[in-house]
Amino acid sequence: MTDQYPGYDVLAKRRTPSWNEQTRQAINGRLAIPREPRFLSPDLFAVLDAACRRIIPQPTERPPVPLAAYIDAKLFNKQSDGYRLAQMPDQGDTYRRGLAGLDEAARSQHGLGFTAIAPEAQDEVLRQAHAGKLTGGAWQGMPSKTFFEHRLLNDTVTAYYGHPTAWSEIGFGGPASPRGYVRMALNRRDPWEAAEAKPGEEARARRENDHV
Amino acid sequence: MSDPLAAPRAIQGRAPDVFREGGWVEMREFSESEAVDFVVIGTGAGGGPLITRLAEQGFSVVGFDAGPYFRPLEDFASDETAQNQLYWLDERIVDGENPIRMGGNNSGKAVGGSTVHFAMVSLRFRPEWFKSRSLLGYGADWPLDWREMWDYYGKAERALSISGPVTYPWGPKRPRYPYRAHEMNGAAEVLARGAEAMGYKWSPTPLATVSAPRGDSPPCVYRGFCRFGCSTNAKQSQLVAFIPRALAAGAEIRDLAMVGRIETGADGRATGVHYFREGRWRFQRARNVVVAGYAIETPRLLLNSANDRYPDGLANSSGLVGRNLMTQSNQAVYGSMKDEVRWNKGPPSLSITEHWNYDDRKDFFGGYCWMAQGPLPIEWVTVLTGSLGLWGEQLRERMKNYNHQVGVKMVGEMLPNENNRVTLADETDQYGLRIPRITYSWGDNDKALVAHALDKMQTSMELAGVRDTFQQVDDTNHLAGTARMGSDPRSSVVNADCRSWDIPNLWVCDGSIFPTTGGVNPSLTISAIALRTADRIKALADRGEL
Ligand SMILES: Cc1cc2nc3c(=O)[nH]c(=O)nc-3n(C[C@H](O)[C@H](O)[C@H](O)COP(=O)(O)OP(=O)(O)OC[C@H]3O[C@@H](n4cnc5c(N)ncnc54)[C@H](O)[C@@H]3O)c2cc1C
Ligand code: SF4
Repeated sequence: MTDQYPGYDVLAKRRTPSWNEQTRQAINGRLAIPREPRFLSPDLFAVLDAACRRIIPQPTERPPVPLAAYIDAKLFNKQSDGYRLAQMPDQGDTYRRGLAGLDEAARSQHGLGFTAIAPEAQDEVLRQAHAGKLTGGAWQGMPSKTFFEHRLLNDTVTAYYGHPTAWSEIGFGGPASPRGYVRMALNRRDPWEAAEAKPGEEARARRENDHV
Repeated sequence: MSDPLAAPRAIQGRAPDVFREGGWVEMREFSESEAVDFVVIGTGAGGGPLITRLAEQGFSVVGFDAGPYFRPLEDFASDETAQNQLYWLDERIVDGENPIRMGGNNSGKAVGGSTVHFAMVSLRFRPEWFKSRSLLGYGADWPLDWREMWDYYGKAERALSISGPVTYPWGPKRPRYPYRAHEMNGAAEVLARGAEAMGYKWSPTPLATVSAPRGDSPPCVYRGFCRFGCSTNAKQSQLVAFIPRALAAGAEIRDLAMVGRIETGADGRATGVHYFREGRWRFQRARNVVVAGYAIETPRLLLNSANDRYPDGLANSSGLVGRNLMTQSNQAVYGSMKDEVRWNKGPPSLSITEHWNYDDRKDFFGGYCWMAQGPLPIEWVTVLTGSLGLWGEQLRERMKNYNHQVGVKMVGEMLPNENNRVTLADETDQYGLRIPRITYSWGDNDKALVAHALDKMQTSMELAGVRDTFQQVDDTNHLAGTARMGSDPRSSVVNADCRSWDIPNLWVCDGSIFPTTGGVNPSLTISAIALRTADRIKALADRGEL
């Protein structure tokens, strides 16, 4: 897979007028997140970690993002979304039941826990959850579709695309205060924005990305 | 620097100066045991202007907000995740056939209210909407005259230095916007192309962020994080535009002050409010109480204030407190372009077409507009997962097209329905107060309007050369209703002056007084009504009728 924004690193702008002090602090805190679970049991945390790796396959060319750790931190810090669907238990119980449910499905279909089955088999279990097909046992009446869509998928992608690694990957300008932007029209790029590699022009894009 | 959520900042006779790092401004303080003229609960689009104008007219006023008193220059990061600090994230239960997503999508908790994170789109209602029952055949009539509202819209636009076009293409003549329109970004340009291809007019969107310096506000620098708090103070939120004025006029603001119950006396009138601040419950006496907590917290507080005399909650003899909740349809059509759009630059909605608010050739009630979009990465990925069900490698690949995405999003009128409502759940929150249950289902008219809009938006995007289009079919935004105004105490909660029919010194002044919600974003209308209410209160006081 070719890199669309070769050499672009949002973090290179950390000391430029695109980042103010409060942003530096917020992102530093994010990068320093503890990797060990504080809310989930080690077993459920391992299931979560495996599921996150399938929902967002990690890039090989950039530092991986500890997705399960972000979700565990959200649970540990009791960070609510501000609402709860009436048919769902609270956030913590939702994860405890849902992750145990994924593990049970793997065991009943493959005789092994979720973390031990092949990635394709993990995908299949996740697809079953997404389709609302997993019931009984640990689910205790909680709809697996709602768990997958509203919790697991939502929290995983929110964690990934809130991380500088993802911003660099998609060529997002990232933090932009106080400098902001100047060139607003179509096909105009400010020199501190990611340069996209057009076919045959990778070297130029890389050069420009060295100077964002 | 202190943590704005850890302890109140507006204490000991001073409040943060939002324009100067570490600065303070003097603040008058009132004693709890002496009744103030007005207690206002909520400092957002409704509460902000009301507190300001009441103080400027010489009343003693204390404004309460459950949220913190932010210093935008010091507290706001350029970051979607960190800025969750702006939202009302206390637990709420949602149900019905189309449960409403709350939290960041729907309500703020801060001095300045939801205007601290709103998208700044500042539009006037179409005049007929104030009489939609008699003129257009649906909803309910407002007890207000559009010509008077036109005047107050002008006042609100001047107070907020709205940046907009010289001539606005729809509706009756309106004055030129105080500040010039903002430069359009690529996404706004694509909307314009699509509208022209459809034969519709379009316009730069009137926005509450300044295009030139204003007082201590510098012009907008197009950083595009508007929905996560403006760290430059270009945005004219209530925190920046009104609250400093309120303080200068002698109002007191109490931040991190959650009002849990309104007290009534032996004569049935409101006597003051119980509120939680700095670790304990307190009581502030007042001659008048105004509720301005928005369409969920306002009915919740009125219902939670039930007592022996008012067992169904305050101001609720009509049984309508909490009913007729309305959100607005917020569906979108997105797609990709060969061009680099880079839609995150600038405020998200720099152009608009109100065509279908003013063209009545359609077979459903209500109208809608649509606007250009610029979601930041987290918001964008949740659109892809929610609308296309993508995850895995497919999702990552699609996300790489971020800088080539473009789209338009509607704001559409949903009809009032008594069964869409806010009630109290049995569960309680951190203050021991019962939490709200929010029940919402779309009606057939709502669905017809959405289908019409999606079809038109899709065609316009295709005509503008957008490829791989898809529809986001399930989003809603903005809230209204739950304490509607009207001219009959049996079918409304407050009168045209936002005064409750049941308790003459209890008022409601926020988005909850809307009998219908119209096809444009609500804040300018909320603020215009608040300015009118302040004038009405002065007139009533002068006549001895308070
Ligand atoms: C993401 C987003 C974008 C938006 N964009 C736009 C836009 O572009 N244009 C537009 O017109 N509208 C927009 N809106 C809607 C707009 O923000 C609201 O309609 C408007 O702010 C509502 O005004 P209000 O006065 O009713 O309530 P709010 O502005 O929400 O203020 C209510 C305040 O009351 C406080 N409060 C509530 N209950 C209590 C209590 N019991 N004790 C103490 N304090 C309490 C809250 O903390 C809050 O600060 C947007 C909303 C969102 C969520
Ligand atoms: S784009 Fe303008 S209004 Fe929006 S956050 Fe930036 S400076 Fe503020």
